Amino acid sequence: MTLAQWMPFIVLVPMITSGLVALLPGRNLPWLMTFLAATASTGLSLWVLFGIDAEPLRYAFGNWPPPIGIEYRVDAANAWVAFIVSGIAMAALLWGRVSVHQEIPERQNIFYALFLLALAGLLGITLTGDAFNVFVFLEISSLSTYALIAFGHDRRGLLAAFRYLIMGTIGATFILIGIGFLYMMTGTLNMADLAERIPAVADTNAVRAGFAFIIVGLGLKLALLPLHLWLPNAYAFAPNVITVFLAGTATKVALYVMLRFIYTVFGGDYSFGAVPLATLLMILAIAGMVVGSWVAMFEPNLKRLLAYSSVAQVGYLVLGVSLVSLIGLTATFVHLFNHALMKAALFMALGTVMYRTGSARIEAFYGVGRQMPWTMTAFALAGLSLIGVPTTAGFISKWYLILAAMEAGLAWLVVLILITSFMAVYYIWRVIEAAWFKPAQTDAQGATKVFREAPLALLIPLWIMVALNFYFGLETSLSLGAAEQAAQALLGAFK
Amino acid sequence: MMDVVLSYFNYWVVILLMMIGFYGVIAHGNMDKKLMALGLFQTSVFILFISAGKVIGGATPVIRDGVSVFSNPLPHVLILTAIVVGVATTAVGLALAVRINEAYGTIEDDLIGDPSHEPEEP
Amino acid sequence: MSFIPTLSPLTVVVIPFVGALAIALAHQHPKLRDGLGWLASIAFFIAVAGHIGPTLSGQGATQTLSELLPGVSIAFAVEPLGLLFALIGASLWLVATLYAQSYMKSLNYPHLARFFACYAIALGAAAGIAFSENLLTLFIFYEILTLSTYPLVTHSGSEEARRGGRIYLFYLLASSIGLLLPAIIWVYAATGTLDFQSGGILGDHIAPHWIPVLVGLFAFGIGKAALMPMHKWLPAAMVAPAPVSALLHAVAVVKAGVFTILKVAIFVFGIDVLLATGAGVWVAWVAAFTIVSASLVALRLDDLKARLAYSTVAQLSYVIVGAMIATPLAAIGAVMQLAMHAVAKITLFFSAGAIQVASGRKKIKEFDGLGRVMPYTFTFMTIGILSIIGLPLFGGMWAKWYLLMGSLSAEQWIVAGALMLSSLLNILYLLIIPIRGFFAPAADGVPTEGLHEAPMAQRVAMGITATACVVLFFFPEPLFELAKGLVS
Repeated sequence: MTLAQWMPFIVLVPMITSGLVALLPGRNLPWLMTFLAATASTGLSLWVLFGIDAEPLRYAFGNWPPPIGIEYRVDAANAWVAFIVSGIAMAALLWGRVSVHQEIPERQNIFYALFLLALAGLLGITLTGDAFNVFVFLEISSLSTYALIAFGHDRRGLLAAFRYLIMGTIGATFILIGIGFLYMMTGTLNMADLAERIPAVADTNAVRAGFAFIIVGLGLKLALLPLHLWLPNAYAFAPNVITVFLAGTATKVALYVMLRFIYTVFGGDYSFGAVPLATLLMILAIAGMVVGSWVAMFEPNLKRLLAYSSVAQVGYLVLGVSLVSLIGLTATFVHLFNHALMKAALFMALGTVMYRTGSARIEAFYGVGRQMPWTMTAFALAGLSLIGVPTTAGFISKWYLILAAMEAGLAWLVVLILITSFMAVYYIWRVIEAAWFKPAQTDAQGATKVFREAPLALLIPLWIMVALNFYFGLETSLSLGAAEQAAQALLGAFK
Repeated sequence: MMDVVLSYFNYWVVILLMMIGFYGVIAHGNMDKKLMALGLFQTSVFILFISAGKVIGGATPVIRDGVSVFSNPLPHVLILTAIVVGVATTAVGLALAVRINEAYGTIEDDLIGDPSHEPEEP
Repeated sequence: MSFIPTLSPLTVVVIPFVGALAIALAHQHPKLRDGLGWLASIAFFIAVAGHIGPTLSGQGATQTLSELLPGVSIAFAVEPLGLLFALIGASLWLVATLYAQSYMKSLNYPHLARFFACYAIALGAAAGIAFSENLLTLFIFYEILTLSTYPLVTHSGSEEARRGGRIYLFYLLASSIGLLLPAIIWVYAATGTLDFQSGGILGDHIAPHWIPVLVGLFAFGIGKAALMPMHKWLPAAMVAPAPVSALLHAVAVVKAGVFTILKVAIFVFGIDVLLATGAGVWVAWVAAFTIVSASLVALRLDDLKARLAYSTVAQLSYVIVGAMIATPLAAIGAVMQLAMHAVAKITLFFSAGAIQVASGRKKIKEFDGLGRVMPYTFTFMTIGILSIIGLPLFGGMWAKWYLLMGSLSAEQWIVAGALMLSSLLNILYLLIIPIRGFFAPAADGVPTEGLHEAPMAQRVAMGITATACVVLFFFPEPLFELAKGLVS
């Protein structure tokens, strides 16, 4: 079999395994199968990532040639995103086994089946070359995500899931409307085919409306301010392993689809020329950066704090897009990866503390630094990456973003990026100060609560993630190289 | 003027349904009503697709003698998928509503408030 | 010095880090911990000294670790200026180890393993700064230096120490991330490289009218150089134990700041460019202002360490003046000031700590008559002060001399006036201390009976650095040659 024939298995393996996992008994077997499936996807996507050259890999399902059949079409951009998504899933699972035992003592097989379904959905969105197929996979991943968020024992998760369901469905329906408009105007759903036919009808209100619906719908999935309201609670009250997984993947995939529509389907000239998208995105991105960081500075629930930080980080990602340059897009793609690394590490660290303390409130972290030094040191180091300290992955992202802003001649934007970085210093520092400088909590009798250091099963994956944050801050050839290729693949598509 | 109204008849229906649905989702605090409105909202999009597939004067898309103009079957197929998705969404939503009712004793959104303000459970 | 092996620059930088790890692991065995402290500082000194031969013969070692960004690597290159900085750090670390081990035990400080580990890391970071081949590598070690010295500043753990630590961290991080980093990125965006090259790298890449702005970003962004208004962290850092103030806030940290300024002036802008465009002159004026106003502030302070801190602020600006006026004479003066001030100021901080150990006193008004009880300490202090004032027989004179000549030859009258005024003020606010100590009768309520000299180890440490002040007056040639080589 050729690489192009192996490529669909990135999606098929988790999808098929999910049905199998639902039938497996016990707790360890479902986890093992899930982990193996995620590993297989990661391996395959890594293989694809390295095997890809100038021509995209194509696979037509059922031997129906496109545009009639559904086609998977993979270039450097999707391969990179698929690798990030499956890799983060693998890391989350590696860390999550023990955490899931605590948070979801029963029906773990269903939980893992849903996890795989969500993963398959996200990977499907990433790989497919068919606009309607995007919608279907989006709903597959979304529906399983709603269920996963509600799976924990925290009843607030139910509310967060329900509200996410309402907003997510509206967003997905918007995308469907947009796709409908495009189909009416062009008679095709294949992205490459759409790209060829849209220019002829570009100057119609229907296409413009379709464009707007798709961007708004994806903006909702992406949690771009002001469409971010579902995200903080969804992240905060989901089981920790799900938070780790979602923080590294869900918004990333939505951003990728948005880029795919902007550059491949509509073409950069249309998106940034006929429509003032760049200005709009820049305003929203900046609003996201500032508002997200601002709220995070005062948020007492640390999972929500990091969730708002994610809103800010989405701002960074979109900012790179809005600069409409190779460097800007490279910044976005490299931050896609780096942000997944840092947020996964941070949420893992939080989850590891919660494994012992059971609460994400900042008061619950008082004195934890002395009681769980390994966990909190990991948190502090991952925090450095979030801030963008040199030698961490976060620094590379910031560097490219600032470089792109400078290239565009926007000095005030550089200042703004730095200001939001300082805000990140502040909110990370709050956690550090609580953990190390505040006296430990006391119980009702006034005795100091004692928490043991977390088990190695949690610490080792956490520290691997932290180490990766530093590895990719020092050895950037893989991340930067792939990001630049991804950016070029997208830009090349519109030239 | 009348022409415009009549010749875009299907679109007017779509817009009307969509707005009713959208309004319902936003305005209603009751979760069941929210889900119904959401269903209405989705249905409007289904109609949009299906009505676009109709070719005036076209027959059902089954190849047979003497018929050369067919309606487009593809939107129907797409919407079949979308309907399945919609049903699944409603099912998940209702399941969540049941669980919320168990946990909070109500499904009125306004009575529950912001979960982030809820005190920590012991 | 061919009998000393020349280790790779990375190995040199890593030695203190390994030492720190070993010290931290030995936290339950005080003897072993102290032994490791000695081992690390001696090994580090030998390793740095091993680079003298090759570097002076023009074959400084280079080493590239990994390419971080296109055209920017983490890389080391040993050149004379960096070697000078590393040598100052390494040799004074030896003396400081002698002093610090005695001092910290005299005052019963806890957590000594953490203290000495962070101390070692700071020295390793300073070596990293010294050997950096490009701005980014330098920036990384610059930040490591900031972070590793934070626990030292807050070592006592008191509320005051933590407040001082917050100011310390805020000023240094805010200036470096807010100003220095954008300056570095600007250079990179304009030139595509960050390598230090003699003659500078800017060329025509940046329009002349922007160069003064860039100079300003660097000068204020390098907060460790304590140019006003970025100087606040230095007095705040005085809550740290005396050995920290002595080695780090008189030598490693602040010298890292002015060293970076020199490095940027010589290898990024190019001395000739700065001289030709006059882009740095406005910063030189700010530095002149800093010199005078810091001296005036120091006059009014009664706490010895606080007064020394403001004296340091003033003395650092001498280097900035030299680098920014950029005439050859001024630049030579700047390089010499780097070394001379380090040796003199560490002596003063040692003596401040020694007085505290022996008498528990920190306020200058309580020092009356103390000099007769602690003759060694006060004598060494006097030598340090005379060197800082810049009188003949003491090394500091050479630096002051060249700086003054340089500013006169550039016809910078304001700057030259500030330099001379500062020397006068030095007499008023520094020399007055030993004068009162030796000649004033003991003040009411602070009798000197029952007090005695500081421990032997501390006296020896002070004696060594004080002697160095004198020796440097008679043998300044190596320094001078090195500085000349850099400038021409």
